[in-house]
Amino acid sequence: MALLEVKDLKVRVEEREILHGLTLTVNEGEVHAIMGPNGSGKSTLSHVIAGKPGYEVTDGQILFKGEDLLEMAPEERAAKGVFLAFQYPVEIPGVATMNFLRTALNAQRKARGEDEYSTPDFLKKVREVSKSLNIPQDMLKRGVNVGFSGGEKKRNEVLQMALFEPSLCILDEMDSGLDIDALRIAADGVNALRSPKRAMVVITHYQRLLNYIVPDVVHVMSKGRVVKSGGKELALELEASGYTQFEAA
Amino acid sequence: MPAVQETVERVKRIDVDQYRYGFETLIESDKAPKGLSEETVKFISEKKNEPAWMLQWRLEAYRRWLTMTEPTWARVDYPKIDFQDLYYYSAPKPKKTISSLDEIDPEILKTYEKLGIPLREVAMLEGVEPKVGEEDPARRKIAVDAVFDSVSVATTFKAELKKAGVIFMPISEAIREHPELVQKYLGSVVPTSDNFYATLNSAVFSDGSFVYVPPGVRCPMELSTYFRINERNTGQFERTLIIADKGSYVSYLEGCTAPQRDENQLHAAVVELVAHDDAEIKYSTVQNWYPGNSEGKGGIYNFVTKRGDCRGDRSKISWTQVETGSAITWKYPSCILRGDNSSGEFYSIAISNGYQQVDSGTKMIHLGKNTSSRIISKGIAAGKSQNTYRGLVTAHRKATGARNFTACDSLLIGDKCGAHTVPYIEAKNSSATFEHEATTSKISEDVLFYCIQRGLSQEEAVGLVVNGFVKDVLQQLPMEFAVEAQKLISISLEGSVG
Ligand SMILES: Nc1ncnc2c1ncn2[C@@H]1O[C@H](COP(=O)(O)OP(=O)(O)OP(=O)(O)O)[C@@H](O)[C@H]1O
Ligand SMILES: [Mg+2]
Repeated sequence: MALLEVKDLKVRVEEREILHGLTLTVNEGEVHAIMGPNGSGKSTLSHVIAGKPGYEVTDGQILFKGEDLLEMAPEERAAKGVFLAFQYPVEIPGVATMNFLRTALNAQRKARGEDEYSTPDFLKKVREVSKSLNIPQDMLKRGVNVGFSGGEKKRNEVLQMALFEPSLCILDEMDSGLDIDALRIAADGVNALRSPKRAMVVITHYQRLLNYIVPDVVHVMSKGRVVKSGGKELALELEASGYTQFEAA
Repeated sequence: MPAVQETVERVKRIDVDQYRYGFETLIESDKAPKGLSEETVKFISEKKNEPAWMLQWRLEAYRRWLTMTEPTWARVDYPKIDFQDLYYYSAPKPKKTISSLDEIDPEILKTYEKLGIPLREVAMLEGVEPKVGEEDPARRKIAVDAVFDSVSVATTFKAELKKAGVIFMPISEAIREHPELVQKYLGSVVPTSDNFYATLNSAVFSDGSFVYVPPGVRCPMELSTYFRINERNTGQFERTLIIADKGSYVSYLEGCTAPQRDENQLHAAVVELVAHDDAEIKYSTVQNWYPGNSEGKGGIYNFVTKRGDCRGDRSKISWTQVETGSAITWKYPSCILRGDNSSGEFYSIAISNGYQQVDSGTKMIHLGKNTSSRIISKGIAAGKSQNTYRGLVTAHRKATGARNFTACDSLLIGDKCGAHTVPYIEAKNSSATFEHEATTSKISEDVLFYCIQRGLSQEEAVGLVVNGFVKDVLQQLPMEFAVEAQKLISISLEGSVG
């Protein structure tokens, strides 16, 4: 069943059109990779799906589980299972990571009409997940992403993903800034979350990540459109010959 | 402090117009005639059964006040106050002497309950100590003196404090029962001639708290006063005097509320602290007077003079304030570092939203040798508010080795508000080292969106980010009040974005 349907999406930022009619369908259980040159609109797409302000959708629609996603407030989208691992995770000084995780998780649960986690249950869950991602407990006491290395920030994104158990995970360049070992740990974390009900959209510049997170479908984006889609071999092709052959007219 | 938490929990989503404590208590009151004259001053003094010296003190202040003019240097703007159109004294009726909580008008008790003040907590009512092994840190005892309009209605834990030798009572009682202490210290830090509002207060103050901690005593519990203005058109002029004798320690907290009203209400308090050799006073304030509605109508005018005198060597005074309310705040808790090696601290969170105007800061006056002071100020401006930090740090010629560290950070939410930093620094000797840091930043859209993507609403996100911003100061508050202050901060910022 289709989890995410983006239909002929046109998006403007400050009077300039960035996405010029983008179409993309992601089914439950699938992993899609989006590749494409700098500035082609990959992050823009992920921001629009997550509901970041500042983007004007002038045409097209986005359905999530059959519902009109663009009608929902961004926090509602989060509670319904849309998760975006940011390309550039921000720092929040003075807010302990542990406190942040708990506040966010409980806000989502509350929005869904579920009970809040009790403290021991929550701690147990965090401990489990952070251990599997090789995140030391000490790090969770620090301000959100404050003083984290690039790799630690990315692992913190995967940690949240594992904790919130979203149904759609969009990973915007989670491989940038990760060393080989960190990449493997993060990718293992992501793979552990693959499930028949959950879909992932992995945005990356490098085929290498796709060796770890093997996609079902690969899309090539150029100048605000999906210009080609194919199987995982498409990524290898791109690696060999670059984007020029796919440049949209 | 479960009662407080419960109250806070009951406060769900409200906007600026729905001030959390905006309810009025219907009780009869006993008022002075409207306006200010020698008659009014005499009326108040008589009501309080004051000795002649006290009346003289007040009258001198009143006469002095007649010759003074309102200060205009602060960055606040308000219509002229008609001092003859106010009531200067209002006591809840019936006005008999209250000896136990049971004698307090149940309506008043209900009000305090709504405020979340744990007056009615079992332990407090009975004044009994918890049995051994029953000490629950969340239920730490706090002695409360509750000031309702102008009169102190109850002081809890009197007996237990007495055992420790600590005097904690309404100042009106202290004037009668401990005249030697009051006469010695009253006006010794903030003289009757100090400034327009302090002089006014000296003439008409009606009640407040008095604390004396004897030498070497560590006060066995937090002391706390809650102020509430209820009557229409009454000014509230409390007077607080805290003396920590040699080697003693006391931590004191004041909380404030007032009902929601269209007209502005005046509040002009004076707080004096005296710390002798090796003594320490920690004074915390959580101020959430009614700030006025979203159009800027109503709200409290808060013109307060707070000053601490580190009179003795190695003494220490620490001010911590969380200011979220009032239409206008004019307030500069200060330390006079008179004793050698004495130290002063000022930790402040000042939040303004709607049309609030805050002009607040501190003065650190270094007089003694090797004195040190530390100022951490966090100003948050939202809505159409103006938030000014005004600070003065001076070192006297004899204050060799004086040190000060100041950090002022301002956070702006939206683009219709303003934050201003006005630091004055004067070093009259070359060995003083003063450090000053200041930053102003706008709340980051990217940070807010990050939080919202994780499921927080816009308002929750702002609350979280702001609480992170003020964390260094929140940590200075006693634990249970830090929790309340944290929630208060989020509440006072609701409706600030979008
Ligand atoms: N807020 C903005 N204001 C103006 N232009 C913007 C804004 N956000 C994005 N753009 C522009 O939109 C285009 C697409 O940007 P986007 O970040 O989506 O690209 P990307 O595919 O993620 O690139 P990269 O691979 O470098 O991350 C770029 O030309 C960028 O400059
Ligand atoms: Mg990008």
